[in-house]
Amino acid sequence: MGCETSKYAAVSYEEKLRLFEQVKGDERFAHYLYGCYECGVCVAVCPSARFYDFSPRWIAQALAREDADLVYKFMNEDVWDCSQCFSCDKCPRKNSPGGLITILREVAVRNGLKSAKDALEGYGRIIYKIMSTGTQVAPDMLQPAAFPDWGPHVKEISENLQWWRRALPPETLHTTETSWDVSEQTLRELYLIWHVTGVMEMIKEVDEGLHMILMDVMEEKLEEAGFDLEATEED
Amino acid sequence: MPIDVAAMGKSSRTFHRDPQTVKSRPLRDRVLELEAEGEWIVHRVPEPYVELENKFGRVKKVPLGHTWHHKSCGQCGHIPGYSTSIFWLHRKLGLDYRDPRDQTSCTAWNYYASATSNSAAQAAVALRNFAAAYETGYFPLIHCATSYGHYKEVREELLASPQLRGEVRRIMEMMKKPMVMPEEIVHYSEWVHAARHQVAAHKVLDLSNIVATVHPACHYHKLVAEDAIYDPDIYGGQRTAVVTATLKALGAQVADYSTWFDCCGFGFRHILVQRDFTRSFAVQRKIEVMKEEANPDVTITHDTGCVTTLDQSQFAARAHQRKVGIPVLSEAQFCALAMGAHPYRVCQLHWHNTETRPLLEKMGIDHQARWREFEADVERLKRGEIEYLTWEDADA
Ligand code: SF4
Ligand code: SF4
Repeated sequence: MGCETSKYAAVSYEEKLRLFEQVKGDERFAHYLYGCYECGVCVAVCPSARFYDFSPRWIAQALAREDADLVYKFMNEDVWDCSQCFSCDKCPRKNSPGGLITILREVAVRNGLKSAKDALEGYGRIIYKIMSTGTQVAPDMLQPAAFPDWGPHVKEISENLQWWRRALPPETLHTTETSWDVSEQTLRELYLIWHVTGVMEMIKEVDEGLHMILMDVMEEKLEEAGFDLEATEED
Repeated sequence: MPIDVAAMGKSSRTFHRDPQTVKSRPLRDRVLELEAEGEWIVHRVPEPYVELENKFGRVKKVPLGHTWHHKSCGQCGHIPGYSTSIFWLHRKLGLDYRDPRDQTSCTAWNYYASATSNSAAQAAVALRNFAAAYETGYFPLIHCATSYGHYKEVREELLASPQLRGEVRRIMEMMKKPMVMPEEIVHYSEWVHAARHQVAAHKVLDLSNIVATVHPACHYHKLVAEDAIYDPDIYGGQRTAVVTATLKALGAQVADYSTWFDCCGFGFRHILVQRDFTRSFAVQRKIEVMKEEANPDVTITHDTGCVTTLDQSQFAARAHQRKVGIPVLSEAQFCALAMGAHPYRVCQLHWHNTETRPLLEKMGIDHQARWREFEADVERLKRGEIEYLTWEDADA
């Protein structure tokens, strides 16, 4: 809890430093951190700080002090509490603690940290949806089992889904599996982006099964479209 | 001690921005410079446009028509009356638009939730959509505040990094698409704001007895804050003017509450896999505070996640006898209702969770008759008499 790092004593300092260097190496890092006044403005506006043992100030300060032990702890735990609302962009030092957290999360995923895998457990179906269909929260995701706390209204929607979708005047919205009708060519271009930018490799690090399923969906379509996957691998 | 919200709203300070005193260079200048250097094409805002003031007092051009609608996956998927209302408003105001199939989501909901992507992929997704819009000649109008905020971030990153531009250019070349950056990144609520007097001129309901609170969307006014629209006449220029100015133009009463700056609790990953946080925050920091301090008939916002969170989170809270029960609409739906749109065929309020009928009654809308009409539509669909509900049906 808090700033206690002893839980990660078994991880070598070199490994923590290696990950920290990756964070610092991100081009955005220098634009997101200019030091810290320790003023607490970011904490005052932070929704996650109200409900979790979490503080954007700790994160900005640990990074500013280059405390690789603490950064490692935050990268494994706290970053997943952040709401990514960017209220903390109010920082008078012009930091973006939320942006720093985006980078920390990205490094955690890219390196396949167990904590990242745990944080993303149960989230795979959503990654699958957005990466394979180009839209994220599709109508057919409104199932009572997925949203029990939203009450019987979700059941009503799911039972009427195909009719209620047809009862939408915009022609692109008659879909149930995607939020709107995305053209085939558009999807191929999206798949190309995931491949060329190394996103598929990131998925492999955190969820091999999901990676296999996505590859199955994408490979054929990309080859049909004449994209040479071997040649598109990131340098 | 309770916060004196009325006193907060009575501040006599009015902020007039002088763009000459702003230290940072205008984003548009930097975007145009890169065009002059041959790096990309700048997609110009089509005429007619309205000139609004951004946070730094600089002019932001907002197109009225000839727009390419960058839809929101959360709106189209779960609150489809939101997108339908935006289109309906365009049709009623006689404005030309495109609803493209050659569009992906910005994918930023997933990015902010899971980080299973990176700057290059996110920038390529944005520029692929911008190029698709450019190829049609229609200017992108972005429905989701997260897409809007994220694309502003992407623009900053591209402006700052020749290496990133190089990476994205390589991908665009593989797709045989041009590198295009819009002259302005425009959110639909800026379009509503620009068109608010036209909307008000077409209104058919008296809204003077409707009390509304406003939730400004974080990714609209906090993320790359410069772009958001401000107006000295609205909150003395101290908060963004979109939504509030529209409600005032429609003649509704806007009530203030002390936690207006707080986010809704959406959290990207939280709304999907950690909703205890989302529910608690939405109820305790937003809905209950509004209820206590303003007791509104409705709360109005301008983003996908905010409508979803503030609306859906109230169900479980009701079971715990919390002070909830405020219907949540986008200003696009509220404008459409004001102009006489059908609450179910157009605004699709049956997809919302919190009870909207008392609000409709107070607005003078016969919701029972309108629901019967919608149910009859569904029966016709089931009997195969019609395949889909058309725009003509929606206004029948
Ligand atoms: S982006 Fe994260 S750290 Fe910043 S205010 Fe929002 S929840 Fe807090
Ligand atoms: S607001 Fe900025 S300067 Fe103040 S504590 Fe937070 S990160 Fe540090």
